[in-house]
Amino acid sequence: MNVGWSFLIFLVLLLIPWVGVGVLGLQGLFAIVIPYVCFLVFVIGLIYRILNWAKSPQPFKIPTTCGQQKSLPWIKYSRLESPFNTFEVVLRMVLEVLFFRSLFRNLRADLQGKKLIYGSAKWLWLGAILFHWSFLIILIRHLRLFTNPVPSVIQFLDYMDSFIHSFGVPPVYITDILIIAGLSFLLLRRLVDAKVSYISHGSDYFPLFLILGIVITGVLMRYNLKVDVYAIKQLTLGLATFKPVVPEVKIGTIFYVHLFLVSVLAAYFPFSKLAHMIGVFFSPTRNMPNNNRADMHVNPWNYPVKHLTYAEWQERFREPMENAGIPIDEEAEKEEHEWYTIYGPNKNLNL
Amino acid sequence: MSLPKPDELISDVKLHSTPAKDWMEIKPELKKGYYLSIVEPKYLEELDLNHMGKWQPYDEKWPLPDGWQETVKEELQRRMRMNRAFKLFMDICVRCGACADKCHFFLGTGDPKNMPVLRAELVRSVIKGEFSTFGKLFGRLAGARKLDEDVIKEWFYYFYQCTECRRCSVFCPYGIDTAEITMMMREILLELGIGTDWGIKPVHNSYYIGNHVGVPPQSFRENLEFLVWEFEEITGIKIDLDKYINRKGAEIMFVPLSGDYFAEPGIYTMLGYLVLFHYLDLDVTMSPFATEGGNFGFFNSLEMAKRLHSKIYDEAKRLKVKWLMGGECGHKWRIWHQYHNTFFGPLDFLEVPKSPITGTVFEHAKSNKIIHIVEFTADLIAHGKLKLDPSRNDHLVVTFHDSCNTSRGMGIFEEPRFVLKHVCNNFVEMPENTIREKTFCCGSGSGLNAGENMEIRMRGGLPRANAVEYVHKEYGVNHLACICAIDRAALPTLLQYWVPGVEVGGLHELVANALVFEGERSRDVDLRRRPLKTPVKGVD
Repeated sequence: MNVGWSFLIFLVLLLIPWVGVGVLGLQGLFAIVIPYVCFLVFVIGLIYRILNWAKSPQPFKIPTTCGQQKSLPWIKYSRLESPFNTFEVVLRMVLEVLFFRSLFRNLRADLQGKKLIYGSAKWLWLGAILFHWSFLIILIRHLRLFTNPVPSVIQFLDYMDSFIHSFGVPPVYITDILIIAGLSFLLLRRLVDAKVSYISHGSDYFPLFLILGIVITGVLMRYNLKVDVYAIKQLTLGLATFKPVVPEVKIGTIFYVHLFLVSVLAAYFPFSKLAHMIGVFFSPTRNMPNNNRADMHVNPWNYPVKHLTYAEWQERFREPMENAGIPIDEEAEKEEHEWYTIYGPNKNLNL
Repeated sequence: MSLPKPDELISDVKLHSTPAKDWMEIKPELKKGYYLSIVEPKYLEELDLNHMGKWQPYDEKWPLPDGWQETVKEELQRRMRMNRAFKLFMDICVRCGACADKCHFFLGTGDPKNMPVLRAELVRSVIKGEFSTFGKLFGRLAGARKLDEDVIKEWFYYFYQCTECRRCSVFCPYGIDTAEITMMMREILLELGIGTDWGIKPVHNSYYIGNHVGVPPQSFRENLEFLVWEFEEITGIKIDLDKYINRKGAEIMFVPLSGDYFAEPGIYTMLGYLVLFHYLDLDVTMSPFATEGGNFGFFNSLEMAKRLHSKIYDEAKRLKVKWLMGGECGHKWRIWHQYHNTFFGPLDFLEVPKSPITGTVFEHAKSNKIIHIVEFTADLIAHGKLKLDPSRNDHLVVTFHDSCNTSRGMGIFEEPRFVLKHVCNNFVEMPENTIREKTFCCGSGSGLNAGENMEIRMRGGLPRANAVEYVHKEYGVNHLACICAIDRAALPTLLQYWVPGVEVGGLHELVANALVFEGERSRDVDLRRRPLKTPVKGVD
């Protein structure tokens, strides 16, 4: 049911530009206004998310240690899994963000009788890598539409991506194939794997449909329903240089569908689970060093708490202690200590 | 409490099929044997906490306080303001499912709400449904729902079926740590006045008496006397306890675990510490008040954790010691390692730990000034300061259980193995995917090692027991060494149920049994009076 509703919403989104441009002829709205508004929402939304996360302090240093700690000098410690300094944390984060190191560890558990069997399970990692890297390369490739002259780096990337020429003209982008493979795998996995399907919300399927829609419209434009690339570049370059014009030459409606879906994705991005792209950098279990005992972490809301003092305690146990031959500390003094609490009827701190 | 036979217990577990009904439509059904009892209100009162009067989870209607919805919403938002981890983990999950079969409670029950992702979703859905525009607009489609009484029951049920072991966070591509979520949710339940008997009574004991099990100072001393008397009976070596209790001006303050002077098999570990101190003639003292390194406060709220451990530093000051050493414990070391410095630092009145025997300066603890006794012992062995005869442990085939907290919240893997390899000849590792950072919890951590929830403990401990069973059958392992007092309390029950024939003990028990004392007497038993393979020849 979740899948159905998500797909329905996706179809409605697909129809909007179709009708808007194809029937009503609102090129200006779909070529300029909506992309600008959505891009603005994307930027402001992401900044809002970043500030919102940054605003909450991380009270404790809680790295998940997946390897040997740094302790005695003759024990080799794991720089990546138990980083001790900022440099090692950066290395850990780079591997995490670029190569999904944690996902690579994935295992599969099966219960046979009362025996648990664990096996390697790298498919999710592979699907995720295919999708994310292809997406990134495609995104960078698209910069050729927003730059003039096109920087040689982007030209080179484009050249590398399309080095297979045998499938006809224009040459096939490898990333086009890989991203469809990756996305299809991720979608199928969500539908077929009982556990993953059970935990999936509509909002888990929706971005998959949306991105698949973007990819398919893009692929169609390139290989089947040819569109006027010069006209497109006129539009995109205009957008990029803040001198937007609707090209006089007609661009196919498919382009507007593509552009609209991209706009929706941009606007949806900061307010959905897709924000994990930024969030991963904030993850305290990954971006903090395991050097707690060598380097003090400060909690901005740390406060003195109520606790029993030795003097109060000794008063209660003085006699049995004397009988048991435990030395009594006559110097121990009863002192009042200031304390705060955020709990219970004595709450005196509102953080 | 009677449990089904091991073969029957998990016959209902299906890891690859899910209920027909959507999880949001499944009302919480509190199964007997799965949940903890609620504590008497007076204990909460005496700890300055809210309570809901006398009630139990099986009551149809829970006596939630007036305006509880507002309280819960406020407390959720407060914790998102105070704790970035919690806020972030509520925001960025993509439900990829990598964590799903990593939780020992899921593996032992097959209950989808025990998948870490759904455990978190129990809260995430409410945060979306109550605070997010998207969530309010799209409801179920966006994974959002409203807060109601069933949600509270569900939270209580499932956040006390999590042992905060962090195994899921190893596999999560964003490092989402369910332990953080469980900690925050237990805090919120506590704010309403929901506290468990097994979780709060130890806190009360530790606060007023000094340790979880409520051993008063005179019994503390008596228990230790019994241990050293027993040691003298076996080896002829006399340990003088006077210098170790409440003596001022020692170099080191040692903080033991109550489990280690309260019951078998932990007591042999405590004896191990004392034997080592005596062997080295170490200048060490123990406070009769700060007799608990563990911290059940941590399983209720961060504030309570700080309230319980404040006494350790007060006592270090009063006893005028230079640095601190802690015994073998799991969650204790998560807190000592990851929280103490932030709670109590800067600890300028102490000095950087330096081994008086080897001269090693423990640079990695230069700010916190606390070291793990296993680090201390490993350093001694590496410098050849201990005369060890590992053949004295030849009657044992030993495996090592990495405790969840010391593994994933500290990273102490090599030190215990190094020590173990020097004190016994037969050491076998459990299968690769069940040790080190991928280790499985005993199923009874974070305040779950009670009696009334035995079924969930046995289920949650299945993955651990399974790995032990493997090495027991393949290599004849008959002894499991660990560095966690809760393990020593919980694993004997677990292994008795799943793998009879494997005993449990701490690392320093094996160290003490292998230590060669000058002038020791001949013996043919180990410290537990189990027969040795080859008798020890001493001076008689």
